[in-house]
Amino acid sequence: MDINNIMILAIVVTSLATFSSRFLGALTSEKVSVKSKVFQWFNCVAYSILAALLGRMIIFPAGVLADSDLIIRLIVLITCVAIFILTKKNLVLPTIFSAIFLSILTNL
Amino acid sequence: MINSKVFSRGLQSLKGARSPAIPLAACFIALGALLKDAGFNLQQSAASSFFTYALPGQLVMAESLLVGASLLNIFIAVWLVNFRLYPMTVSLFPLLKHKSQPKWKYYLSCHFLAVSSWLIAKDSYKKIDKRYRIDFWMGIGFGTWTTAVLMTLIGYSLSDYLNKDMMIGLSIVNPVYFFCMMIGAMKNISISIAVIGGTILGPVVYLFSTEWAILFAGLIAGTVAFLFGGKNGY
Repeated sequence: MDINNIMILAIVVTSLATFSSRFLGALTSEKVSVKSKVFQWFNCVAYSILAALLGRMIIFPAGVLADSDLIIRLIVLITCVAIFILTKKNLVLPTIFSAIFLSILTNL
Repeated sequence: MINSKVFSRGLQSLKGARSPAIPLAACFIALGALLKDAGFNLQQSAASSFFTYALPGQLVMAESLLVGASLLNIFIAVWLVNFRLYPMTVSLFPLLKHKSQPKWKYYLSCHFLAVSSWLIAKDSYKKIDKRYRIDFWMGIGFGTWTTAVLMTLIGYSLSDYLNKDMMIGLSIVNPVYFFCMMIGAMKNISISIAVIGGTILGPVVYLFSTEWAILFAGLIAGTVAFLFGGKNGY
């Protein structure tokens, strides 16, 4: 098959695989009450899954981030979280700072 | 049909001190550049963010194509990576339900569900009248989604000017943003256990199973948080 067609099919397949989870979630939500235990459980699992993804991204990153040292990534993360707390939960400052700080530290 | 006032309030979450625009820009610019390197053309790269709009899945797709994986393998790999969207939807959409609202809004707008939009919605839904929460969500989602598509195009176009140091810098922005948002969300004991447990278990389980790590770790830490968290605020 033409490589161009394979790429288009890959985009279609990826989109279907992704939308299925979202749509299934929307269907399940019709039957789930906010006050139910099931909802609370889903809430905890959703936060944990996100946290697990983030922990993995920092400790075992994929892509270019893997070229930086773990200790540097941790220093950047901790510093940025401290800025976030000190600036009363401003998100713009720590995010901009993170990119600059990581670039500086990796080039030292 | 859609309450435009509430919709634009959602859209406006792109502005201000808690804006997700910078992290979204950083990661989708990096993705655009990466898709160009992987051999996608401009239209395909934009279509990928338009129709998939889930960064880890898009990365898996590009990597799988480069190693010559079959379409079925791509489907399974992406499904595993993006299955997190299922519990995320179920922990958000019941909060947006209202009997006066048509179902199509929910079925269509679930496409906007991503980590950034989810965290914003969880953080701010209480300020909105229950009746119009879905319109608020559509505003948030539309804003974050269009930003992502636009930034993919920009990243694709800029890829020749982005060196490796800049790509490394861009790639830390997203995890830092998500981490800050998660720490901001730790307002009760169960969410705190869920977040701390997940952060620790994610990398630990990854040592044993790369594909299932996130789902397993999330399921274990989330269930522990649910059982020990006592009274849950959401």
